[in-house]
Amino acid sequence: MSKQIQVSGLHAYYGSHKAIEDVSMTIEPRSITAFIGPSGCGKSTFLRTLNRMHEVIPGARVEGKVLLDGEDLYAPSVEPVSVRRSIGMVFQRPNPFPTMSIYENVAAGLRLNGRVSKSELDGVVEESLKGANLWNEVKDRLNKPGAGLSGGQQQRLCIARAIAVRPQVLLMDEPCSALDPISTLAIEDLMAKLKDEYTIVIVTHNMQQAARVSDRTAFFNLAGQGEPGKVIEMDETSRMFTNPSQKATEDYITGRFG
Amino acid sequence: MTTIQHISTSRRIKDRVVQGLVYLAFALAVVPLVSVLWLVISNGLARFDLEFLTHSMRNIGARDAGGGAYHAIVGTLEQVLLASLISVPIGLLTAIYLVEYGRGGRLSRAISFFVDVMTGVPSVVSGLFILAFWILFLGMPFSGFAGALALSILMMPTVVRSAEEMLRLVPNDLREASYALGVSKWRTIMKVVLPTAFTGIVTGVMLAVARVAGETAPLLLTVFFTDSINNDPFSGPQMGLPLFVFDQAGRPNDTAIDRAWTGALTLILIVMLLNLVARLIAWWRAPARGR
Repeated sequence: MSKQIQVSGLHAYYGSHKAIEDVSMTIEPRSITAFIGPSGCGKSTFLRTLNRMHEVIPGARVEGKVLLDGEDLYAPSVEPVSVRRSIGMVFQRPNPFPTMSIYENVAAGLRLNGRVSKSELDGVVEESLKGANLWNEVKDRLNKPGAGLSGGQQQRLCIARAIAVRPQVLLMDEPCSALDPISTLAIEDLMAKLKDEYTIVIVTHNMQQAARVSDRTAFFNLAGQGEPGKVIEMDETSRMFTNPSQKATEDYITGRFG
Repeated sequence: MTTIQHISTSRRIKDRVVQGLVYLAFALAVVPLVSVLWLVISNGLARFDLEFLTHSMRNIGARDAGGGAYHAIVGTLEQVLLASLISVPIGLLTAIYLVEYGRGGRLSRAISFFVDVMTGVPSVVSGLFILAFWILFLGMPFSGFAGALALSILMMPTVVRSAEEMLRLVPNDLREASYALGVSKWRTIMKVVLPTAFTGIVTGVMLAVARVAGETAPLLLTVFFTDSINNDPFSGPQMGLPLFVFDQAGRPNDTAIDRAWTGALTLILIVMLLNLVARLIAWWRAPARGR
């Protein structure tokens, strides 16, 4: 089910402001790709262009191509809603639906998209919660509100919700930045497990995390305030962290700026 | 390094004085509320009996005791229900448009402006409008429905404003979470945004209902007066509790004045009861249940 993403010549705008310029890259299936870089350099914006979430913001638009196994996601005939169904997303802050129970949260993607039988739903909910390493903690209280869980559990609930619709790709926008180290570890373990089935892209500010979990890393940077962000370098994670070809990458990774 | 300072005596005194003023202001604000309630209850209890709740004013002479407001209670309930049926869907859809689709465009700014203008329309003007347009121009009869139309004009802006506030309070994170699951915009609004804002919207609608339930002027011009029971809001003059109070209070007899007080008490009780029902619905649907 895992698919490859090919991006070529992608520019993203907020109104007249250009947020990212001319990004091209290939994201391999069954692997974890990490985006690193300073705040405001367009990592999250770029991530959101991959499942057409960028254009949800008023005035935002995209130029360029994103191919999912060769199919252009920005072709005029493509329905954005179906793109998001095959490319799931996990956000920085855990955002379970407050009106729904744990069960309903996981089932939300299927239920809101159409009729599914109860038995089928039960199976998907259990499988997804197991997939997100949350089943054992919540199996006795599936009807309690999702918002009653701890921050780390909520984030895993959101991951379960995202994988319940069986996407081909999972995008994660700083999924651990609001979590404690133990929850972070739980989610990193989960990512390592999920990469057998999914293409995973993660934005992170945590260099160690990128080094620990990812197979390939892309470094984003911007020339200055108000300038668009660009990809400076993209390579195998081990190469990026030991022997980057660009000086800027090395400076950023080792903590020397400017 | 600065040293840790202690609160000076003058600040302590200021704090006390301001605190006292706030309590005083609160007490002053409560005085009218309590005195109104007290007056209505003490004067209204005299005639608050079964006859009042089950009989109309038909065949009750000018000086007779007895009689009741059954016709007015039925009228008020029907008129308010009809007004809500008209204004809540329109108001809610308007609010959804303003928050979810309008995005500050020209049309949504125009709608916002006219909703504000509507909020300021005096209630008698809405009655006059229905009188002039519905009854005189279109030639429709005086009826409870005409009254409901006038009331819905008053209700609509309140519903729009409160629903708009509540929809804006729904965090954008939730919309994005839903979009990211491949849920369409309309379904996101119906299944995620509205349920999250549900409690607040119910409260807003109840405030609007409470406001129009006590309106006299628009009814005066649209439902006419009657002393008889008329269960059909679509034909013939109807009564409403505010009209009943207005009518009875204008009569010179003590028996009529008593009926007016009891009418006012009944109106307050009805609004309180509706409020209670709405709270129950809101509580029953509350997201935090079972936490």
